[in-house]
Amino acid sequence: MVYRHWLEFEKPVEEIEKKIEELKAFQSEGPSRHADEIAKLEKKAKNLLKDIYSRLTPSQVTQVARHPDRPYTLDYIQNIFEDFMELHGDRCFKDDPAIVGGIARLEGAPVLVLGQQKGRNTKDKVLRNFGMPHPEGYRKALRLMELAERFRRPIFTFIDTPGAYPGIGAEERGQSEAIATNLMAMSRLKVPIVTTVIGEGGSGGALAIGVADRVLMMEFSTYSVISPEGCAAILWKDGTKADLAAKALKIEAEELLKMGVVDKVVKEPVGGAHREPDAAYKNLKSALISSLKELSPLGQEDLIEARYKKFRGMGVFSEPKRY
Amino acid sequence: MIWFKKDILSNGEESKSVKVPVGLWVKCEHCGEIIYKKEAERNLDVCPKCNYHFRISALARINIVVDEGTFVEHDPLLEPVDGLDFKDLKKYKDRIKASQKETGLKDSLVSGEGLIGGQRAMLAAFDFSFMGGSMGSVVGEKIARMVERAVEAGCGVVIFSSSGGARMQESILSLMQMAKTSAALAKLKEAGLPYISVLTDPTMGGVTASFAMLGDVIVAEPRALVGFAGPRVIAETIRQKLPEGFQRAEYLLEHGMIDMIVERKMMKETLSRLLAMLAEKQG
Ligand SMILES: [Zn+2]
Repeated sequence: MVYRHWLEFEKPVEEIEKKIEELKAFQSEGPSRHADEIAKLEKKAKNLLKDIYSRLTPSQVTQVARHPDRPYTLDYIQNIFEDFMELHGDRCFKDDPAIVGGIARLEGAPVLVLGQQKGRNTKDKVLRNFGMPHPEGYRKALRLMELAERFRRPIFTFIDTPGAYPGIGAEERGQSEAIATNLMAMSRLKVPIVTTVIGEGGSGGALAIGVADRVLMMEFSTYSVISPEGCAAILWKDGTKADLAAKALKIEAEELLKMGVVDKVVKEPVGGAHREPDAAYKNLKSALISSLKELSPLGQEDLIEARYKKFRGMGVFSEPKRY
Repeated sequence: MIWFKKDILSNGEESKSVKVPVGLWVKCEHCGEIIYKKEAERNLDVCPKCNYHFRISALARINIVVDEGTFVEHDPLLEPVDGLDFKDLKKYKDRIKASQKETGLKDSLVSGEGLIGGQRAMLAAFDFSFMGGSMGSVVGEKIARMVERAVEAGCGVVIFSSSGGARMQESILSLMQMAKTSAALAKLKEAGLPYISVLTDPTMGGVTASFAMLGDVIVAEPRALVGFAGPRVIAETIRQKLPEGFQRAEYLLEHGMIDMIVERKMMKETLSRLLAMLAEKQG
């Protein structure tokens, strides 16, 4: 299969793949004259891809996290859960297509799912506002999570957003208040919450659906207080220094695992989730099921207290004793 | 607030004759009026001409509202740590040291307890001059502790915000302080204790999108800039002119985001009345 979107650092693999395609086209005229050659090249391509992906720089991981072919929230929902029924609207202002949610079944058991949704083509991208929610999106998310709480359904959220939307309406309708209210409300919800960062975890817009009992991250996703570009513009006073900022911010899954912000990193197929989406769905599905299993034995109070302690313990500081 | 340097005031005949020493005058950032520093101080650092509320230090803010001699600082030894070994154009470690030297503070928030017009409260104030009042782990920890103390003591909480948002040098850990502080406030809410959030110029980013907008009552100083995204970022994104007064306290009041605008000279009385009306035990 030829991918439409090759990243710059994947170029050597792209060239081999092109050669394979050419040989295959040639081959279709007769029996497998080039079968050996093709098999050799395919192995070479796979090894090269594996090698490249085993030592991605932070800014390359950012590119994979934003890859236009990467599975989005609805892809994960449709391929991990059954019976998905989308629910719409915040009951105040409008339905925000940048956040989708609804009820579904996981292995037969009813659950609530929601997450930021990016668009695939130009029209869809605009409709989804590139995955950047407005306040009504966070309010819809909270409405759905409270619905899950009333009916005692576990909650699965999927983070994939560049961040909150810097726009007039978003500010006028109180995106700060909407995000803050979600943080506070999620900390007290009486049902298990499992969050997965599947692509970009951008700042407050991401965290607004991320105060969870278990936080998972797909291997090539990122989670950060600010985009590398934004950070570079402010701290380096030069937006082109994004690669330096990406490195300094430590935005990759393994780094966040070390810092205790993330509980588990979910393996992606070689070359990223978009190359073998089914493998990515399978890996995440089993991670979601085992996360939920860990939480199921906890009573409501223990669950909430454990969630409180989890976030309460995040941060580093020093406190010398008085003498 | 811009403090005049000596060379600006010492090059004319007039200044020679009146011998203006360094730092006696202050210029209003809003209307440009030059004010005698003593007069500005008497006026609680509010411009007598245009009523612009200058940015003031955390301690000055606390002093304006607490009953004399009642403030006790908490967690004064909490200090930031460079957990990520972060370096941009400067090392985070060096930025911390420089800010500590310049302000005499350990970090951007001073917290403690005191009486406000006779009402006991846990209170905290940001100092914008310490790394732009940014929120890192120390700020998050101090706020979580003060809220937990309020639950234990059964009193209310008052926080004066003034912040550029999350502290980028602590990366994801600074983002998580939003969750930590908001979760602590949920406990205060369950305990039925009041939290009054005071928004001062400027309050932005992760601070606004967490505890600053979670007050039972949200008060703002006149003209305070309050928002999530900064006006420059918004203007660049949408490529259009922002409405007059956008993200100012008056604009927020009009759009239903805050309860009231309170002038500095009325702040103590207002807080005291609010705390009494919300927390006073009945029957
Ligand atoms: Zn003025």
